[in-house]
Amino acid sequence: MADETYRVARTGIHPLHAFLLAASVPLFLGALLSDWAYSSSYEIQWTNFASWLLVGALVFAGFALLWSLIELLRGDRSWRGRPLVTFLVLLAAWILGFVDALVHAKDAWAKMPEALLLSIIVTALAFAAAWLGFATLRAGEVK
Amino acid sequence: MRLAAPLAVLTASAMLSACGSQSDPVQYGPNPTLPTPNRGLLPTMKIASPTGWGDQRPIVPQGYTITAIATDLNIPRQTLVLPNGDILVAEGRGGNAPKLTPKDVIASYIKAKGTTQVKSGNRLTLLRDANGDGTYEGRTIFAENLNAPYGLALVGGNLYVANQDALVRFTYRPGQTRASGPPVVVTPLPSAINHHWTKALAASPDGRFLYVGVGSNSNITERGMNVETDRAMVWQVDAQTGAHRQFATGLRNPTALAVQPGTGQLWAVVNERDEIGPNLAPDYLTSVREGGFYGWPYSYWGQHVDERVRPQDPRKVASAITPDYSLGSHVATLGLAFSTPAMGPRFADGAFVGEHGSWNRTPPSGYRVVFVPFRNGRPAGPPIDVVTNFMGKDGKTRGRPVGVTVDPRGALIVADDLSNTIWRVTPARAAAPAR
Repeated sequence: MADETYRVARTGIHPLHAFLLAASVPLFLGALLSDWAYSSSYEIQWTNFASWLLVGALVFAGFALLWSLIELLRGDRSWRGRPLVTFLVLLAAWILGFVDALVHAKDAWAKMPEALLLSIIVTALAFAAAWLGFATLRAGEVK
Repeated sequence: MRLAAPLAVLTASAMLSACGSQSDPVQYGPNPTLPTPNRGLLPTMKIASPTGWGDQRPIVPQGYTITAIATDLNIPRQTLVLPNGDILVAEGRGGNAPKLTPKDVIASYIKAKGTTQVKSGNRLTLLRDANGDGTYEGRTIFAENLNAPYGLALVGGNLYVANQDALVRFTYRPGQTRASGPPVVVTPLPSAINHHWTKALAASPDGRFLYVGVGSNSNITERGMNVETDRAMVWQVDAQTGAHRQFATGLRNPTALAVQPGTGQLWAVVNERDEIGPNLAPDYLTSVREGGFYGWPYSYWGQHVDERVRPQDPRKVASAITPDYSLGSHVATLGLAFSTPAMGPRFADGAFVGEHGSWNRTPPSGYRVVFVPFRNGRPAGPPIDVVTNFMGKDGKTRGRPVGVTVDPRGALIVADDLSNTIWRVTPARAAAPAR
């Protein structure tokens, strides 16, 4: 039969998706460093910075998450394996990042030490998600 | 890290959390029950849902009547009864605090839903009842182009007005309906940011000094300690020279000041801090001791340490004075006036307090005018409801009381900054025709 369907299997990550995924990492990291600066100096401006950096990180991570989800749902990628893990790690980073943002809305020292701890966890998760996301670039080369 | 439970709330509604609606502890009087501080992941917000009065009216005790003597004002806050019976109304909205955090942006949007949308009047309106029938048929603009006027005081021929950025003085002649010229600045007042912008005002019995209440520039130092210089305190200003000194400190937001008749003692109502639970910290009525420190920001209700403040100051905490009389948490006391026997035997000795109403607890508190009975010059006994039904049983809010003033001829004047109305409460016998 001539009914052959072709599916283009893209192994690489789309450049815009890559940008969204990568952008959240320095923003979460900035929030973490700002939290650390506030906790060691009591200088309130650092925690204001942290609050906004978190919002920025959540925006980028949110779109990256949406992108991953759509790709998974469209079946562009296998449901199993690295894309799913990347998605789940990024999802965890986003949820905890959102909780972190709510914690940052507590006044003055009320947010400590939870804010700092959450920022450490969230930064690590975002870093892991980015690592996994970009690692797919190389996954296809071997075979 | 109370993370698990509040996550469920997230999906429920935007910023409303349902925590903390257990039975409320008794928080009236000198020894309020103080729970341990707590705050979930989301701050509790329960904003007034404004609506018109329709055929509803504020409710007053049996034997009293209430009438609206002026409507459609531009945010009336405090009033002053002049010697000839005319009433001055300060109208306006102040504050210019920048939004520093995502929270500021969201919270200011939500809170604005519970207040009037009318433009700030920035003026004084004079109301006159020429024939004494209880109808204030005369209405003139006494002064305009002021900057969020709030506190008012008359000393002899000098009318003092506390704008949000300066204490100013008009000359006043009895019977005047319009100021004869622009005011003279007595002294600038702390106005940078102006998170709590209202400047309460009272004059000493001899008229030599003016007391100005200056609120803090934050809830609990979340804008930094640098911006709290000269905030959260009562200034004593020399009426002649404009020189000032700090009379009492640590008063988070002293929104109304009044001098007690007879003793000459200065009293204040103070709005306390938010976000440590629905029953913390109590707003209070207190005599203001010269040189006294009342806790903010380091501690509340005397020496209960607030852990949110860094660096802490145990020495200041140790010196903190416990206030005289708790009025309950988050009721938002904004008005204070000592009574007179002309108000009837039940309200002869004590103070009226206007409670603007809460925005951050469930169920809401305040939204009423209460009377705190006094004996031997001190508060004695629980507060008595005087004007209620600002928040109806349907949960809708029709008015929010601010300033209260006692007319020595036997009337209580209540400014309402939601329905932009001035209410007048009188013993029925004194104003029988005005039914």
